Amino acid sequence: MAYVEHAETEVLHEPKSFFTRYIWSQDHKVIAIQYSLTAISVGLVALVLSGLMRIQIGFPGSLEFMDASTYYQAMTMHGMIMVIYLLTALFLGGFGNYLIPLMVGARDMVFPYVNMLSFWFYLLSVLVLLSSFFVPGGPTGAGWTLYPPQSITQGTPGTEWGIVLMLVSLAIFIVAATMGGLNYVTTVLQARTRGMTLFRMPLSVWGIFMASILALLAFPALFVSAVMMLFDKLLGTSFFMPAVISMGQQLAHQGGSPILFQHLFWFFGHPEVYIVALPAFGLVSDLISTHARKNIFGYRMMVWAIIAIGVLSFVVWAHHMYVSGMNPYFGFFFAATTLIIAVPTALKVYNWVLTLWHGDIHLTVPMLFALAFIVTFLVGGLTGLFLGNVIVDIPLSDTYFVVAHFHMVMGVAPILVIFGAIYHWFPKITGRLMNDTLGKLHFWITFLGTYCIYFPMHYLGLLGMPRRYYAWQNYDFIPQSAQQLNAFITVVALTVGVCQLLFLFNLAWSVFKGKPAGPNPWGAASLEWQTPDTPPVHGNWGPELPVVHRWAYDYSVPGIEQDFVPQTVSAQELEQMRQRCAEARAASERP
Amino acid sequence: MNGPLLKNTESAGSGGRWSQPPGTSRVPEGFDRAKAAKVGLRVFLMVVTSLFLLFLLAFIARSQMADWQPLTDPLAPLASARQLWLNTILLVLGSISLQWARLAARRGALSGARLGFTLGGVFAIAFIGGQLWVWKQFVDWGYFVSANPANSFFYLLTGVHGLHLLGGLVAWGRVGARFLRRVALSQLASSVELCAIYWHYLLGLWIVLFFLLTSTPETYQAIAAFCGLR
Repeated sequence: MAYVEHAETEVLHEPKSFFTRYIWSQDHKVIAIQYSLTAISVGLVALVLSGLMRIQIGFPGSLEFMDASTYYQAMTMHGMIMVIYLLTALFLGGFGNYLIPLMVGARDMVFPYVNMLSFWFYLLSVLVLLSSFFVPGGPTGAGWTLYPPQSITQGTPGTEWGIVLMLVSLAIFIVAATMGGLNYVTTVLQARTRGMTLFRMPLSVWGIFMASILALLAFPALFVSAVMMLFDKLLGTSFFMPAVISMGQQLAHQGGSPILFQHLFWFFGHPEVYIVALPAFGLVSDLISTHARKNIFGYRMMVWAIIAIGVLSFVVWAHHMYVSGMNPYFGFFFAATTLIIAVPTALKVYNWVLTLWHGDIHLTVPMLFALAFIVTFLVGGLTGLFLGNVIVDIPLSDTYFVVAHFHMVMGVAPILVIFGAIYHWFPKITGRLMNDTLGKLHFWITFLGTYCIYFPMHYLGLLGMPRRYYAWQNYDFIPQSAQQLNAFITVVALTVGVCQLLFLFNLAWSVFKGKPAGPNPWGAASLEWQTPDTPPVHGNWGPELPVVHRWAYDYSVPGIEQDFVPQTVSAQELEQMRQRCAEARAASERP
Repeated sequence: MNGPLLKNTESAGSGGRWSQPPGTSRVPEGFDRAKAAKVGLRVFLMVVTSLFLLFLLAFIARSQMADWQPLTDPLAPLASARQLWLNTILLVLGSISLQWARLAARRGALSGARLGFTLGGVFAIAFIGGQLWVWKQFVDWGYFVSANPANSFFYLLTGVHGLHLLGGLVAWGRVGARFLRRVALSQLASSVELCAIYWHYLLGLWIVLFFLLTSTPETYQAIAAFCGLR
């Protein structure tokens, strides 16, 4: 309700000191950078955890401290951090914050104070989460899905404090995400500049906008399950806890429904996939169009596909629960909806490819990442069709096939977009370009590396190798060669992990030493590249807000000097540009 | 002219606001704060709706388990819902007061707005007091939070609803402080309106909760069957 206060207080909160400018800032650009740096930092923790897990899988027993409990804790924290605290925060809090006001021509978010609070709540949630590494019993090892009863029953690591801190941290994160989401949605609805109709917004904004709506509607499901599980854990209620005998003792709980938790969790969990994927779809559309110098193919279709995916994502959740036991008709229903959601998704893939077709493709670093996204997402999406069918899913469930599928589709693919988007918008954020050679090296190692990691995992899954196992000794059905493959995957995974240092170095180095970029190094038509200052100053636009006259995709326009028309150019100005160009050509052709 | 490339460019498209000539009166930051705040509140209420809908679905699903002991049994605390009816009346009065304040503020009647606004908050505080009284009765009767899922849900749902009202009271307090600082009514009208919308929403939500919490197991069964949970 803080916006009540905002109704008529001073508008733009011009920052006065270092403290209000960079720390306690209400400027969407600063908040975006705060969000991004926090997300990347916590993501590095998750990356290290995955490296430790891979060492245990590839070379069992080589890490002394890695016992089964530690492995489960690393696995849980890796999953939760990557999905929620890195991907969600970076796409919505990072890119959403930075791009929405600039792309729709606003001076800031509609509720800057709430926006600032959103970041501080996010930071608090991260600190609470990380603090669980230092409490007795360590962080929870319940798996990122936190299924009860095991997540709060003795025997699972971290049932003392870890699980409580995890649930509290999630609740705080949801508060932060809600405050952020309110801002993103309201800003898009209310603060677009003159001429910026909904169907002239760049697809980045559409993707983030729809993802914010999904987040606003889906995160409450996680909130409900977190609160009810906290009650079960701390107050001894039995929302989710059935009668259980644990360590020879009958627990005080009875009658609760673990399946109820699963429904609530996945009612959040599946839209969450699209909370991550839709911004990636949007951003990658803009990267492809800009770097192929061609308008996005089927813009309106792309928008409607984003909306359709958003709506459908709420009716597919139980495809995560085929092996949990449910009414067979439910399985039929959820398999059908899952396959239907592939239609708008495939539409988008076709449209990206058709955008590239006959395009003037510039193989810049952002474009390389965008192209890699298309193929990676395609592979991950196709295995999704396998897993969406009940009868195929049941034998593959809980195997490495699933691990490979979701890492490809919602791990690697969105991360590739994040990298591409950072290389693409870095010049706007800092005024400098990132180093191209380092960028290409980073790209090739990451792209080829992730294929070497996840492609073989499909085979491991088909061999029946179960996921979430700490060790595979004495399982006769797994051949010896699987171990060799695992060792190979580990070596590649560590290489790719270390290679991210290249990216971080490039990021830090380029802030100070990068080549000056100028206002619009990629020749992009969308509004954020037309700011009077680069990097944009507080208030973004100088005394006058920009007026928008066209969509964001006028590339390779014939008859003018530059090959693109910025969104701010009116029809008359375009006509003048044409005439000037024609005159210049006539002058040069004259003998 | 290159047709397909310049699609969407020359025409304003649906809702093309820019077709007005430039320089018409628009606020410098490019949008209407009061309207944006109202939209923001509506979006927030959408989130709260999603939250309570999920709580209630969990409630209905859990009520179908064998160990559910209805609070409306003859010897259970909700056999008579008198106290809850009283609380409901308090909340209705709060909503009416704020609506009165909203209309008065729109007319520019300061005293009416101030009185209605104050009463709206006071009735809300009284409602929360009444709810706490019901909780105390529950405890006195031995209906603790973990004793039975029906109790757990009663505490959970009334608690979360109360917390939302408390959040509203924080906003109410901040607007109230501006009333005391004698900020012009025209500047407060939109804040009063936001409070009123929020109060109405929480009243509607409470009526749904009230109905469900005091319903019989047969009603839950019917709803569960309707939702495919049985």
